[in-house]
Amino acid sequence: MAKSKTTPKAPKSAAPGPTAAAPTAAKPIKSTKADRTYDAIVVGGGHNGLVNAAYLAKSGLRTLVLERRHLVGGAAITEELRPGFSFTTFSYALSLLRPEIVQDLDLVKHGFMPLLMPSTFCPMENGDYLLLGQDHGSNQQEIARHSRHDADAYDRFDHDMGKVLQAFKPLMDAPPPNLFSDDPEELVALAGLGARFRSLPKDVLHNAVRLLTGSAADFLDDYFESDILKAYLASSSIIGTKVGPRSQGSGLVLLYHLLGEHDGVMGAWSFHKGGNGGFTQVLARAARSLGVEIQLESPVATVITRGGQAQGVALEDGSEFHAPVVVSALDPRRTFTELVDPRELPSDLVDAIRRYRFQGTSAKVNFALDGAPVYPALAGSEDHYRGFTNVAPSMDYLEHAFDEAKYGWYSSRPYLDCALQATVDIDMAPPGKHVMSCFVQWVPYHLRESDWEHERQNLGDTVQRTLESFFPGFSDLVLQREVVTPLDIERVAGLSEGNIFHGELLAPQMFSFRPAPGYADYRTPIAGYYQCGSGTHPGGCVTGAPGKLAAQRILHDRERAAGA
Amino acid sequence: MPIRTTPFHERTSALNGTGLWSHWSGHLAVEKYQLSEKAEYVSVRNAAGISDVSPLFKYRFSGPGAERFLAGVLARDPRPLQPGEAHYALWCDDRGFLVEDGVLLRHGPDAFVLTAAEPNLAYFEDLVGPRDRVVIEDISPDWAVLALQGPRSRALLAALDERIGRLGYFGHGPATIAGHAVNVSRTGFTGDLGYEVWCRAEDALDVWDAVWAATRGHGVVPFGLQALYMTRIEAGLLLLDVDFANSRFAWTDADRATPVELGLGWALRDVPTTDRAFIGRDALRRELRDGTSRFRATGIVVDYADWNRHHEAAGLMPVFDHVPVQEEQYLYDDDGTQIGVCTSFLYSPVLQRHIGMARVPVALAAPGNRVNLEIPVSHRYVHVAATTARLPHFNPQRKTA
Repeated sequence: MAKSKTTPKAPKSAAPGPTAAAPTAAKPIKSTKADRTYDAIVVGGGHNGLVNAAYLAKSGLRTLVLERRHLVGGAAITEELRPGFSFTTFSYALSLLRPEIVQDLDLVKHGFMPLLMPSTFCPMENGDYLLLGQDHGSNQQEIARHSRHDADAYDRFDHDMGKVLQAFKPLMDAPPPNLFSDDPEELVALAGLGARFRSLPKDVLHNAVRLLTGSAADFLDDYFESDILKAYLASSSIIGTKVGPRSQGSGLVLLYHLLGEHDGVMGAWSFHKGGNGGFTQVLARAARSLGVEIQLESPVATVITRGGQAQGVALEDGSEFHAPVVVSALDPRRTFTELVDPRELPSDLVDAIRRYRFQGTSAKVNFALDGAPVYPALAGSEDHYRGFTNVAPSMDYLEHAFDEAKYGWYSSRPYLDCALQATVDIDMAPPGKHVMSCFVQWVPYHLRESDWEHERQNLGDTVQRTLESFFPGFSDLVLQREVVTPLDIERVAGLSEGNIFHGELLAPQMFSFRPAPGYADYRTPIAGYYQCGSGTHPGGCVTGAPGKLAAQRILHDRERAAGA
Repeated sequence: MPIRTTPFHERTSALNGTGLWSHWSGHLAVEKYQLSEKAEYVSVRNAAGISDVSPLFKYRFSGPGAERFLAGVLARDPRPLQPGEAHYALWCDDRGFLVEDGVLLRHGPDAFVLTAAEPNLAYFEDLVGPRDRVVIEDISPDWAVLALQGPRSRALLAALDERIGRLGYFGHGPATIAGHAVNVSRTGFTGDLGYEVWCRAEDALDVWDAVWAATRGHGVVPFGLQALYMTRIEAGLLLLDVDFANSRFAWTDADRATPVELGLGWALRDVPTTDRAFIGRDALRRELRDGTSRFRATGIVVDYADWNRHHEAAGLMPVFDHVPVQEEQYLYDDDGTQIGVCTSFLYSPVLQRHIGMARVPVALAAPGNRVNLEIPVSHRYVHVAATTARLPHFNPQRKTA
């Protein structure tokens, strides 16, 4: 396409034309200013950055994604660390991804393929286990093996939780109202929200408040007597967060995770074909097909602003790209204190971001295995590994595993969420071999009187020792081990303090307070500068919601500006 | 008299962990092996699945007049088939209504095998004239058929006999498995890359064991009828007594359908011009010439947002049920007039959409036309928006590559 190289493109075109023809052209050898001018620039090619860019491009904006690393995906990547063995380095399964995004961006056409995880396996310290599957009646029988009482208590829990999830699910797909704005649109949104919650039955609203403010343990105690069942369910209440199952706040983390779904089943997870990196590659293909340009190995140093308006970005090598819209997919700390000069920002925002809690407490240890681990009570079978293997054999185990993190150390017997993805996605490992992704909880970013360079292999040994205690002979199967510390999560994936959610999922930093009171609408105080990372509503996990909602905000603002 | 079992029964019954069986042409057939039919389906689409399709009826046509006989009976011309080739076959009555469909394999100049869902021996025998030099045999019980379907099927079978790896789409040929002579066809009912291994009934267990052993460690599981139906709807493959009725036994013409109406016109390209006299030719020719089709088969895809809206308005969480609905649901225009029927329907996990196989007026059959599907929501029928779409819904490159 012939585009004048001397006339800079008018950036504020009210009606962006069908620019989709431009983007996938080969990178120009010698860039000119016109080549480097876009309608929107997204900083960071993680899943939210890609979703955001795809939506913007779908609406006709000429959009550029700048990614620091040699591959897109952020914390959702798959790497072949050993020939034939694909590791999900960080994020490892899908659930909270907004189904609308799959439809809106036509992801199936680009290879979207979530694979059912047919079971959940919870080993116990006495050698028994809880193994749940896809058949309701069989699950009741399996639960009854541990507690006859809990067989129908589980149905009651499922029903009550379902009602709360039904009430909260729409919040995932709408921007939170700005509680501090007089904008009529915000007031209408707030009134609508109030009316909706006002119309909920008393018990549903009360259960919601109990979850939002209380502990998962208290909530579960109301239903169950079986320790293994409670420990399994409570595991979703502590993922990625510096709380124990008996801490207030864990209820909210539980609620958040159960808001995920797979094919309409709430709380269900799936493995994407090729791991979560397979998913972000699908996103990148979809984005490119909509016209998004993705430039790798392009770390952004700063957002260029002039007179309180974003103008573009400068890379670390000094080269510049220009656009009237710049979107940060990075976490709030990077968005507000690194990409821009905090002195340009209101002090209430800067203070709130300084207070914003990251304190990552999660790690990963990934293994290449010579065969599936053996659980003595199920020796000879691998079917129980076709979903998560949840190493949380009791509530006490889970709560104890949190203890050491309070004092600056990692669990000596950690909570592990393991996935042998090749049991479902056969292409992840050579025949008969396995990869095992182990999410490790309560591994603090800040270690007392030590650092992660010293403790990396000790953490790996701790995890391996824990696994060995449940799966005798485990260590003999290990072909390779990758230890991903919170520091690695920060350095490699760029998540501050290694917090997998771009900041904790606790009430003071959720909804209209995420990432800061009055700044939860994806805008920033700098005109044209937006935020679309997991540090905005609704929050972390591979949801795509912040990317989508931010895009809607940007497009809405452009329409408003064009109409004004 | 107890229900019959197939030659693979000793193996399939040991693997059937659910105790759920169907009856298929008078044989026990596994409904689902695992508690999750969806897990079986995922294995077919992502690795491969094994299924026992032995209950199919199989007829051998041999003799110097076999080709001529079939050319006069089948609506799709069998004469272009070379030995080692197979194709989708269909046969009609003299009014151009579909009797049945199957797969026709040519084994030699004078030898064919045709599969069918129902008994057809008398039908074919009654059509043999005094000068026809053809012998028709029902070989159904003599041959067991094992299907291996899914992306890994080629590599796994080629490891047993490299000749299998060279078969093209709808090709077939001899192979040796477990020391037994078998015939392998690159055919199936899943719309995926896949094969069917034809072996003598007495060799069945050896052949199953060899395929089973070769597929261990590759994510291959046995799959039952529920997973098979999921895949066949995605593949747009017609099922007798669900998507069409045998015209011989239909009570009224409303129950009958022509192949053109069923979207099988692609198999009848020679009809307007051929001098081949076959049953139903003149009627089909008139239908094609005069455009007298009463309806046309099409896919439909339900509007995702509208589906959710209807459920949410009723206070329900939207349902995404992959279990096939193989009963009629009706299609309406925006004014509420019935315009068509959906004969097979499910939520496709691979496509992440509710999809169906339907019949609509010819004018609406092109992809992208709006129709409304009647679905039950909270004890009443509502109309959910859907769009016509080309069949098959799922058509991976690997199927024919």
